[in-house]
Amino acid sequence: MRFTETFRFALQAVTAHRMRSLLTTLGILIGIAAVILTVGLGQGAQKQVAGQINALGTNLLVITPGSSTGAGGVRGGLGSASTLTLADARALASRVVAPDIAAVAPVSQASEPLTAASTNWTTTVVGTAPAWQRVRGRTLLEGRILGQSDLDQVAPVVVLGPTTASELFGVRDPLGQTVTVGSVQLTVVGVLASAGSAGGSASLDDQAIVPQTTAAQRILGGSTRTSAQSIYVSATSASALPAAYQEARTELLNLHGVTTADFSITSQESLVTTASSVSKTLTVLLAGVAALSLLVGGIGVMNIMLVSVSERIREIGLRKALGAAPRLIRRQFLVEASVLGLLGGVGGAALGIGGAALLPGLIGSPVSVSPLVVGGAVAIALAIGLLFGVYPAGRAARLTPIEALRRD
Amino acid sequence: MTELRASTRAMHPARDSEPVIELTDVRKVYDGGSLEVAALRGIDLLVEPGAYLAIMGPSGSGKSTLMNILGCLDVPTGGTYRLAGEDVGTMDEEELAHIRNRRIGFVFQQFHLLSALPAWRNVELPLIYAGLGRTERRARALAALDHVGLADRADHRPSELSGGQQQRVAVARALVTEPALLLADEPTGNLDSSSTEDVLGLLAELSAAGSTIVLITHEADVAQAAGRIVHIRDGLLEEHREGPE
Repeated sequence: MRFTETFRFALQAVTAHRMRSLLTTLGILIGIAAVILTVGLGQGAQKQVAGQINALGTNLLVITPGSSTGAGGVRGGLGSASTLTLADARALASRVVAPDIAAVAPVSQASEPLTAASTNWTTTVVGTAPAWQRVRGRTLLEGRILGQSDLDQVAPVVVLGPTTASELFGVRDPLGQTVTVGSVQLTVVGVLASAGSAGGSASLDDQAIVPQTTAAQRILGGSTRTSAQSIYVSATSASALPAAYQEARTELLNLHGVTTADFSITSQESLVTTASSVSKTLTVLLAGVAALSLLVGGIGVMNIMLVSVSERIREIGLRKALGAAPRLIRRQFLVEASVLGLLGGVGGAALGIGGAALLPGLIGSPVSVSPLVVGGAVAIALAIGLLFGVYPAGRAARLTPIEALRRD
Repeated sequence: MTELRASTRAMHPARDSEPVIELTDVRKVYDGGSLEVAALRGIDLLVEPGAYLAIMGPSGSGKSTLMNILGCLDVPTGGTYRLAGEDVGTMDEEELAHIRNRRIGFVFQQFHLLSALPAWRNVELPLIYAGLGRTERRARALAALDHVGLADRADHRPSELSGGQQQRVAVARALVTEPALLLADEPTGNLDSSSTEDVLGLLAELSAAGSTIVLITHEADVAQAAGRIVHIRDGLLEEHREGPE
């Protein structure tokens, strides 16, 4: 017997009870749509988070003081110590010591009120080096970034974030204007371009960048004169990030003369990993729920196939009497169950893709539907039909034609 | 029909020299746990090609068991059954399905037509299991329907046909594989008297054209149509030469 005939018999059986077939496939349909949507939501969230983290800077390592190992005694917590010195930053910038490190920017910052003419605005004042621009991957809207000469001369200059600039100056051109922080008057020499529209970037657009020396000696004071609150390091490339990490760690351990790190290094990669592991956990959880609904859908297929087998006992008996071997009967019911699964899968894929198109507008989350996931989901639906068809098909194949034919 | 038979002969020349049915001391014991029930207690039967045999017996006589064994729906627990020369006693499910498909045409009391399919689709069913192609299946199904006088009803569904017509479709389905044996199990049991005559007339025609027919019935006047009548009682055959020869 040819397979096309088996397929035709299966289609006949499925279309003979349209409503029943529809209801049977509904469980699988909903399950597949749920799988596509949850995986799409998870992937969309991962992409979004990865995009946001990449916006923080390219190939970035952030070194913060304080030990994450907590080697006994009461510690002030991460970042509370002042173990990172400006000398550390200079040492890391050496191409000899750390060939995989492209740029180093020590950063000390505090929230300070800024005054310009009649307006004031409180923002983060960041004291850093020219390399900051490269490390954070920022571009300028107008003016210039800080130069080494600004640091050497302890120049009273500032580069404003776009939000800060508009809050202080509105539509006026901030270049050349004066901003007062405490008793220090700073001249605006540049305005940063926006870090992008990605969520969470508000603070990136609202800050005032001043030379490290100016910040340490005239604005922030205290320990910032000799130490950095954190050191931003960018690796020469994404693949050089692990090497840069090792170089920074080894050099800092040497400089500090310790064997247990009194600092911690985080990479954007680890942020991405953490963020995606969170969204992965969510995706797995949601996919688990979807898998449960698929299981229920599969049981629905099995249930209706068992009903179908007992309803069609006479038909099965007749087919056997006419020469259908048990394996052909089994194949017919397996194909029938697979067709039900496939219908549910295709319907679910359509629903899922439609939902993915509508959902971002409704809940504001990006949904990323990949052809691989859709194809996989349809294949899973087919496999579920097949799997849950095994038992009913086996029962049909084992029916003895004599008893089947004697039924009225 | 003559043409169909002729082609069968040409294809299997050796088989016509052998009996269609050869039962030797056939026994069937049902194992009902502690109780063993002997449904057939040693049956010998020889049916030559072209014969028209009626098997009569009341219910519980072993008639159904004998019909199942003759139809290769069941296997004997003792003795041998040769169908058109082949020993079917040792066959497994797969082989039995194959031999039912090629050698036996069934006609049932309840017709057993698939209600969703038109007449010709019902008739082509055995040919699907025989693995024939679409074109040949349709041609042979239509020829078989023509043979039973229903060429113009090929596209009708069973519900659109009378009982007698439905049984004719069933006969066409039984004939379409050109089987060695036509096995009719109470073929008139669900028919009124005129349809009964109709179907018996058709069987008589087929017999006259050379078909080997075994008719199972409990009605004496139906059995009278056959050239030879055997009775089964308590699992044993008794033969009376009372039918018109």
